[in-house]
This record gives sequence, structure tokens and C-alpha cells, in this order.
Amino acid sequence: MSNVLELVNVRKSFGPDVVLHDLSLKVPEHTATVLIGASGSGKSTLLRCINLLESIDDGQIFLDGQEISDPLINVDEVRRRLGMVFQSFNLFPHKTVLENITLSPIKVHGKSADEANAHALHLLKRFDLADKADQYPDRLSGGQQQRVAIIRSLAVSPRLLLLDEVTSALDPVLVNEVLSAVRDLKSDGMTMVLATHEMGFATQVADEVCFLESGNIVERGSAEQVLHNPQNAKTQEFLKRVHQAGRL
Amino acid sequence: MSEKKSSAWSPSSRELERRKSRRRISRKQASIAAASSIFVLGTLAIILVTSPGWETVKATFFDIDYGREVFPTVVQGLWINLQLTFIGGAAIGVIALGLALLRTTKSPALTPFRFLATAYVDIFRGAPLILIILLVGFGVPALGLSGVSSNVIFLGTVAVVLTYSAYVAEVIRSGILSIHPSQRAAARSLGLTSGQTMRFVVLPQAIRRVVPPLLNDFVSLLKDTGLVSILGVTDAVRAAQINASRTFNYTPYVVAAILFLLITIPMTRYTDRAIRQRTSAQNSEGAI
Repeated sequence: MSNVLELVNVRKSFGPDVVLHDLSLKVPEHTATVLIGASGSGKSTLLRCINLLESIDDGQIFLDGQEISDPLINVDEVRRRLGMVFQSFNLFPHKTVLENITLSPIKVHGKSADEANAHALHLLKRFDLADKADQYPDRLSGGQQQRVAIIRSLAVSPRLLLLDEVTSALDPVLVNEVLSAVRDLKSDGMTMVLATHEMGFATQVADEVCFLESGNIVERGSAEQVLHNPQNAKTQEFLKRVHQAGRL
Repeated sequence: MSEKKSSAWSPSSRELERRKSRRRISRKQASIAAASSIFVLGTLAIILVTSPGWETVKATFFDIDYGREVFPTVVQGLWINLQLTFIGGAAIGVIALGLALLRTTKSPALTPFRFLATAYVDIFRGAPLILIILLVGFGVPALGLSGVSSNVIFLGTVAVVLTYSAYVAEVIRSGILSIHPSQRAAARSLGLTSGQTMRFVVLPQAIRRVVPPLLNDFVSLLKDTGLVSILGVTDAVRAAQINASRTFNYTPYVVAAILFLLITIPMTRYTDRAIRQRTSAQNSEGAI
């Protein structure tokens, strides 16, 4: 199995604060890597670095074997191969659900409007949102908005999907509909890197779980190992607090 | 079942009592407002009409017969103001958009233009409009350049466009800067280039956001077109001035003012409503 994504000793700092410490990671095709850790541990920054929304201070990032941390790379071309879903959805409020989804296929990937619309409607139907195609995002619930955001990133058939705490802005009832959408993607074989606070969900989808603490991966392994039989004291402490908060 | 229940609902006796009280309170408030208005406005009217100079004021500013006589020429002048406003407004929109885009671009090739756009905005926003009108209207013909029109209406319009483009560019730029960076991040992560992001994601939202302040500028533009009268353009102001200086009766100015107000008051009311709607829409936008 080839690695879709590989990070080698990635370092990132904001001013004097080092957010990622020489971090390495391999994400094989069709697998899901779940990043867990407290807020501020570097999960979101890591995803934004992969997406080239942030530039790294040292190390290398490879996408399908090509070094994308090279400053000479065409970032727009790299991003065409990546999908990103944000915690706060970031749908375009002035565009309908359908227009949100078809913008990139039409303008970036050069598909015809008919082709893009047909594909978008197919995806909307699959995620039970077909009746929302012509609505504006502010008419939708948070869970529906986030599923639209997921569809929007899927519409360009990305090699790798990055999901940044996609359920953190949702109430517990809506969380499930979004998580089940992500589970569907996983069973389709989508390669993913996810940051999440939903430990039960992490157990279900993760091929590898990485626990981040102050920009270091202090423990990694299968969900079974990391979440249910953690060896590192910091992981144990974190999971104990999550458990107390009733999220496991 | 719950629907059935709600259609069968009839207000309780306590609710009926409350409604009666509310009606009583609002009746009382309405009568207080009416009494107070009649008293204050009536007093002001009496003071005005019984003051010793009132007859002179009426004859000098509110001579209805004379007002009727000059009305057609002032309206004709106002037509010039309106033309100037709409033609100028279109030019201002295009130039201001260009300036705003140049000021917000990060493209290295456009760096000199970014500096020039900033300098342009600083100069034309900071200098009095009347100076620009004098400079362009009298200064440019004095150069005697061939091929440059010396038509005062044209030059006056150019001067107004130069100044207002700077104002409007700043309004559009503030709209562009008000769009949350997460919108840009979402667009860029979909593979859109920075230009596409501006065109399809940022600008449409920014323009929608600045429509109310732009309507304000549009009202100001209509009023400020009156300033081109100093070049000798026979607009509403100039037409009124010609008549007034002939008779030493100032009713024509009042006629011109009323004509401007007939257009600007509805426009400002509409603008206020647009701003209110905009504000309430933004407040319900939540996470976006």
C-alpha cells in the first residue's frame, strides 16, 4: 500500500511558540488517521500545514510521493487534490447549496455545469440532502450545513480528505448525522486525516490514532491500543479527563 | 394532534384582561403623543407667523407665484444634476472597484499600482471637492491641450468622478476586508486561485455588505453635483442663482432645495431601511 501522505520532521511555530515539533506521519491509501489531543495541541495547525494554508518552518510534506512543502510548487494544483472540511463549515452564504458544491468542479476542474450539477445532486441524494439543493446555507441546520461542506469537498474527488473537528460546533443530536456521513466515506475507502474529540467515533473509523500533546505525537497506534490501553502517562491523563467529561 | 389543539385554543380570561390593559395603555400613550405634538408644533408655528419679520421672510423665500414662475428652469437644471449623478455614478462604480481591488491585491506584479492607488485615494479623499472642480474645470482648459474637451459639464463630471471614486473605493475596500478569512480559506482549499476567490467568493459578499453605505454616497453625490454650478453649468443650483440674482428674491433657492429634498429624502429613508435589514440579517448569520 502506498502512502498518500507523508510528513517528515515537520516543524511549525508562530513567533516564539513552537506548535509542531519535528512531527512525522504516514497515511497509507484508504486509511483514516485520527488526531486526538487537547485544544491547542496542534491538530488544526497540522491539518492547515498539510493543506498549505500555513507554511512550515522545517521538514517535508509529501503528497503521493511529491514534495508539496517545496515553495516552488503550484499550491492551487496541490489543493485540487485535497479536500478540507472546517469546524465552522465555512459554506459560502451567498451561494445555494448546489452552487457551493459545484463552484470548484466548474471553475477549478473545468467540468460543464450539467456534469457538475448531476454529480452534486447524486452526492446530495446520497447524504439525504437532495431537497436542500436550492436553499441557502443559513436555512439549514448545523448538521446539514456540515454535511454540505463534506459534499463540497468530495465533489472534486480528492485524494485525501482533511477533517478539522467537524462536529465541534454541533449539538449532540446533530453530531451523529455528520459522523455517520464520515463513516460512509471511510467505508468507500476515502483516505482521511481527522482531528476530533469524539473518542467513540475515533474507535470506529481510525486505522491509526495519534495523540498530540504540545505539538508532539506522544503516542500512536491502533484505536484499541491508544484509546483503550494507553501506555503514555499524558495519554492516560487526557483520556481520563475526556472520560470524566462523558465523551468516551 | 397538537395542531388540533392549537386551532381549538381560545385565550384565557386572564389573557383577555391583559389585552384590555395593553389596549388601555397604548390609547393613553397615543393621546399623550398627540397632545404634546399639537402643543409644541402649534407654539412654534404661532411664534413663527406672529414674529415681526415673518411677512418679509415669506415674501423673500416663499413667494409662491414667483416659485411657480421659476420652477420650469430649476427643474431643467435639476435634470443636469440627475444626468451627472447617473453617468458619474456608473463611472465611479467602475473606477472605485478597480482601485479597491488594486489596494487589496498581493500580486507582486501589481505592487506599483497598489502604491499609486493608495496615493490616489489619499489625495482625492483628503482634498476639498470644490478645489478639484476648480482645478479640473478651469485648470485643464487653461492648459490648451488639443483633444481634451473644454465642455464644463464634462469637466465638472470628471472632477466629481475623481473625488467620489476615492470615497467609494474605500467603502468597497472595507467591505472586502470585512469578509472573514475562513471564507478565503474555504475557497482556497477547494483549489480556487486568489483571483477566483476574490471574484466568486469575497467580492459578491463584500458588495452586498456595502450597498447601504454606497447608497449614502449616492445621495451625497447627487447633492454635490450642485457644486459644478461654479463652473457655469446651468444645473438646478445655477438656474436658481440666475433667477435670484435678477430679482433679489430667494424663492428660487428654496424651490431648488425642495426639488433636491424630494429625491434625497426617499433615498435616505430607503438607505436606512436597507441598513436595518442588513444589520438584522448579519445578526442572524451565526457562525458564518
